[in-house]
Amino acid sequence: MNQKQTIKIALAGNPNVGKSTLFNTLTGLKQHTGNWPGKTVILAKGSFSYKGKDYTIYDLPGTYSLLSNSTDEEVARDFIVFEKPDITIVVLDATTIERNLNLALQVMEITDQVIICINLIDEAKKKGIIINENVMMDKLGVPVIKISARNKVGINLLLDTIDRMITGNISTTPYQIKYSNEVEEKLKQLIPKMDKIVGDDISPRWLALRLLDGDESILKTYMRRKQMGEGEEKSDGYK
Amino acid sequence: MGTNNELKQYDEIINLANSLSSDNLRDEIVTNIYEQSKSICNQTIRYQSPEKLRQTEKLDRIFTSKIFGFPIMLAMLGVVFYITIAGANYPSSLLANLFNWFEGYLTMFFHWIHAPEWLYGVIVLGLYRGTAWVVSVMLPPMAIFFPMFALLENYGYLPRVAFNLDRLFKRVGAHGKQALSMAMGFGCNAAAILSTRIIESPRERMIAILTNNFVPCNGRWPTLILLSSLFMAVGLPKTMGTFVTAAVVMGIVLFGIVVTYFVSWALSKTLLRGVPTHYTLELPPYRIPKFWQTVLRATLDKSLFVLKRAVVIAAPAGMLTWVAANIMIGDTSILMYIVQFFDPFGQLLGLDGYILTAFLFGLPANEIVLPILLMGYLSTGAMTEVEELSAIKHIFVDHGWTWLTALNMMLFSLLHFPCGTTMLNIYKETHSKKWTFVAFALPTSIAIVVTLIVAQVVRGFGWV
Repeated sequence: MNQKQTIKIALAGNPNVGKSTLFNTLTGLKQHTGNWPGKTVILAKGSFSYKGKDYTIYDLPGTYSLLSNSTDEEVARDFIVFEKPDITIVVLDATTIERNLNLALQVMEITDQVIICINLIDEAKKKGIIINENVMMDKLGVPVIKISARNKVGINLLLDTIDRMITGNISTTPYQIKYSNEVEEKLKQLIPKMDKIVGDDISPRWLALRLLDGDESILKTYMRRKQMGEGEEKSDGYK
Repeated sequence: MGTNNELKQYDEIINLANSLSSDNLRDEIVTNIYEQSKSICNQTIRYQSPEKLRQTEKLDRIFTSKIFGFPIMLAMLGVVFYITIAGANYPSSLLANLFNWFEGYLTMFFHWIHAPEWLYGVIVLGLYRGTAWVVSVMLPPMAIFFPMFALLENYGYLPRVAFNLDRLFKRVGAHGKQALSMAMGFGCNAAAILSTRIIESPRERMIAILTNNFVPCNGRWPTLILLSSLFMAVGLPKTMGTFVTAAVVMGIVLFGIVVTYFVSWALSKTLLRGVPTHYTLELPPYRIPKFWQTVLRATLDKSLFVLKRAVVIAAPAGMLTWVAANIMIGDTSILMYIVQFFDPFGQLLGLDGYILTAFLFGLPANEIVLPILLMGYLSTGAMTEVEELSAIKHIFVDHGWTWLTALNMMLFSLLHFPCGTTMLNIYKETHSKKWTFVAFALPTSIAIVVTLIVAQVVRGFGWV
């Protein structure tokens, strides 16, 4: 990694999980935090430095999935796919993890470089919710960190994890969702062909899944970008 | 680059995928994802006190109850309005005095440098007074209203409002999340247009965009509050007056919601036919918000926003109005030509030419409608000082205002075309000149029809 280039981090998460609070805590940038769906509709961008490295962090729209049901989901998905953040942090609400984890699993299908942040951990404690993050880390194959963004708990551990991930001291093997035999069988036919087209640019498995789902838009966008000589990510597409 | 080869590969894989794909595949994929995340949670999370988790359910049973849901919502809205109106009076006059005091020094300065009369007019009477008006009349209510709104929002009450309204909206073929973009509209319609992105279906999103304007924004509050307190709460003791003012403002807001409801219904029966799509609305757990943090952030954000708008939009518009009011063609100013042109039509609507001109000049920002109106009435081409509310009423009454004029101006303000910024956003979001035009024409026609009917009925019965 080029030292002079800033490192790109994306913040993903469901609405209402305190994504923007974490964003503010990390960047110190003044920005309104929303508490209902769709508050963060435009990508907010901020920056911070840690241990001599410069980071740019993007606050993606809060979404429940990346299956592209809405503009928001499309924006979030396309950012992770095409802008290729060096790390994608998925923020979960500790009190509603079960609902939130769906998104994390979907992000982990697209990229390896994922950190899971379980936010509102103080809230969960009050409600008697006990989360074993070590077991979760084992299961998911990526770092899992408990934080409370508004009380600034666990932020240092998060920063440290980011740093170690960038320097290559942490390697990840994200959990991959297993689908029914029927779907897996279909994937097996598609993946080798997909491999030829996209190579390492986009996860062939994930892209094949999207095609099976009837969503050709990502592959189309990819081809268009490639033809326009944009194999390299174009970063001014989003401000 | 082997483009042809790539395209062939592309077609090949698309065809293969299409042949493999089936209708229920999406459901299957989603089910798989849910099952696996559930299983991971079961292995990693323990719930010590399930009864505590049920607290949210208990509260929801009250807040979203079929019986109590709506009364609670109305009560909350009423309380918020009351506190806003009661609390804003004092800081408003304080700010106005401060601006007046400073204007004295500005005037002295301009005399001292022997500035020409027109420069003094443009800068002090146009630009400065315009900005001062917007800041002193708008800032205090906003600084009270928005923190309260943010507190309700952060507590988790707003999603419940959406939930309550959802039943209603579905019945008229619109989307429940429209309630959320409407809540956003209380702050700023332009921002609310962006927030409609949370609605997946293009049809329902368009309905939300076209009707958002019926929620009064930041820039229209002062008009509603001021006119209501000047004309609707006449002769009442102070506390009672505030109460009536709040009730009238609330009535106007509710009327806006009724119109939204009706227009949504009409649209989904005509231009935007269709049935509402299915969706899930998440109700986040209730959380006690961090009080000062929320208040501070809401105040700062909104205050800065208002100040910026005042400087960027209101100031130039104030200048322009001054110029229009002071450039004479013959012995009549440009402004007066426009006023006279609109007057007959305005009278028909229970308004007058000045008011319609003010709305027209206020297209860039609703904030400046009232100040422009006052400038027109005084035909000195300068805005009045705002320290004395009764003085303003005097000006209105001198120009033939009755409670009907006030009511119809409030209605027109509620229903008329969106401001310039909002229209721009609508165009950016819809990429369609046609729909942007509809977003302009539809509310305006409704505003005209409603005020026309009200004026004719009230006059017909001889109530004024």
